[in-house]
Amino acid sequence: MIRVKYADTVITIMGRTIAEKILSRASGSPNVVPGDHVFADVDLHRTSPARVLPIFEEEGIEEVWDPSKIVVVNDHGSQESIDEANEKSQARQFVEEQVIEHFYDVGHGIGHEVLPENGHVRPGELIVAADSHSVTYGAFGAAGTGVGKTDIAYISATGQAWLRVPETIRFHVTGEFPEYTSAKDLVLYIAGEYGTDVARYKAIEYTGPAIESLPLDERMVLSNMAIELGGKFGFTPVDSMVTDYVDERTDKPYEPVRADDDVDYEATYHFDASELHPKVSKPHRVGNVVDVDEVTNVELDQVFIGTCTHGKYEDLSRAAAVLDGKEVAPGTRLIITPATREVFTRAAREGLIEIFNEAGATVTNATCGACIGFASGVLGEEEVCLAAQNRNFKGRMGSETSEIYLSSPETAAASAITGRITPPGAV
Amino acid sequence: MMRGTAYVFGDEINTDIITPRGSDYVGADLTDILMSPVRPNFAAEVDEGDIIVAGEHFGSGSSRETAPRAIQEAGISAVVAESFARIYYRNSVNIGLPALTCPGVTEHVSEEDEIEIGLGNGVIQNHTTGRDVEFEPLDDVVQSIYDAGGLFKYYHATK
Repeated sequence: MIRVKYADTVITIMGRTIAEKILSRASGSPNVVPGDHVFADVDLHRTSPARVLPIFEEEGIEEVWDPSKIVVVNDHGSQESIDEANEKSQARQFVEEQVIEHFYDVGHGIGHEVLPENGHVRPGELIVAADSHSVTYGAFGAAGTGVGKTDIAYISATGQAWLRVPETIRFHVTGEFPEYTSAKDLVLYIAGEYGTDVARYKAIEYTGPAIESLPLDERMVLSNMAIELGGKFGFTPVDSMVTDYVDERTDKPYEPVRADDDVDYEATYHFDASELHPKVSKPHRVGNVVDVDEVTNVELDQVFIGTCTHGKYEDLSRAAAVLDGKEVAPGTRLIITPATREVFTRAAREGLIEIFNEAGATVTNATCGACIGFASGVLGEEEVCLAAQNRNFKGRMGSETSEIYLSSPETAAASAITGRITPPGAV
Repeated sequence: MMRGTAYVFGDEINTDIITPRGSDYVGADLTDILMSPVRPNFAAEVDEGDIIVAGEHFGSGSSRETAPRAIQEAGISAVVAESFARIYYRNSVNIGLPALTCPGVTEHVSEEDEIEIGLGNGVIQNHTTGRDVEFEPLDDVVQSIYDAGGLFKYYHATK
């Protein structure tokens, strides 16, 4: 990026990234460059009432800035404990008192899928929200990023967030994904090869024909896992697949933002998808990545397919293709958790739920559930789980002595059939 | 004043290590579980003003603000790391707990060294070794939030 200042006018010569364009508009500073800090107006905010309420009380704040731009989703658990049930009640009360327009109570599913399904995620918008996986909205061309509770309270009160304008790195992917490999294998490969801080403080733009060939649900795996690479935003291209999806769900106008052709990215990494193999992250770091063939001796107490990363229809469909007509190994539990009620309904209609049940899996309600050790699949001492999810931090799914491996849904499904980690093409 | 004993941690100290799962729920005593997967009873070792020194990508993972909050409640006055995860960093700024990026700090500071941070001059003095190390300068927005004492103090000062 080169800027020239002439008579108090700044002229930008080089092309601009998606993040720079969105943050320029949102901050009202037309020429922001990476490293600048700005206060930006958010277009949509997902708040977390249980976190915000104590801060509002302490700080004497009575009203949110704009109830029409705030969404509340009662997710993570679905009333798994008294404390959590009380939090959910607090959220309902907050929604009523603040007249929040968009509220999705327990049962709707995981917020990162509920928001796009309901037309709240639009290309070109800035969405600063509770929960680190808010980067998922990058699959729709929105600058989604997660923040903690003081930020959430501040945004709920003011509609503004302080943000550092990030550098942008690009992952350019050509070639075709081989059978039994998918977006998860690509993102785990990147985490293993370049580290889980390759995109720290940075925006990611995933580009190239291999990315454009992916269905939206698969692109969401890449944007969702951007945070696992340290990223602030994770964008995939805005094409007719995205705009058709959005237009079916909202009448609100939006302006898609695309990077200029002559952007000088901080770094561009080139990949050939056709060279990918199924990947697995070993405990207890996402970046601890090996080829699936290197861990086929690992016996599994549990296999889990779900979460904001892999509870979408495409994920369940890939798992079902592997499980169709097969049975889960004795001694291994297979737990499948659709991301949303809409996904569950479609999976039931298309016969996936029947395949899962006949294979001996347990299909749960739509929730974050086992991923964070909340429900239906909490791990006991020294249990070993292969999870199609995003994180394998120590103790995340239960006992501190349990172990979590990460993979794609198809590798998870194949492994449930054999009871040990297994390449998806081998069953 | 930011002066005290340094406790040195490694790379990739994530939020599930700093404050293990479930701890952001009502009634949990944050200091009891602070760092428990790698250093049980850590908070009991800490005296007011002590400083955490850490490696790369400190605070990766969740957006739970319990991570910096637990550190602050234990009496730690600042965290100096080779690098921070993004959300942890901003959470720490927002609650007024200095998070200072200092490449090379884990080579300059060892466990139990006595160190002192000059937030104004950008220098970390190691009183044990007698050597100084500089941390990365703070951005104006971040500096003004620290100066106010946290994001909501900034809110009240500027609204």
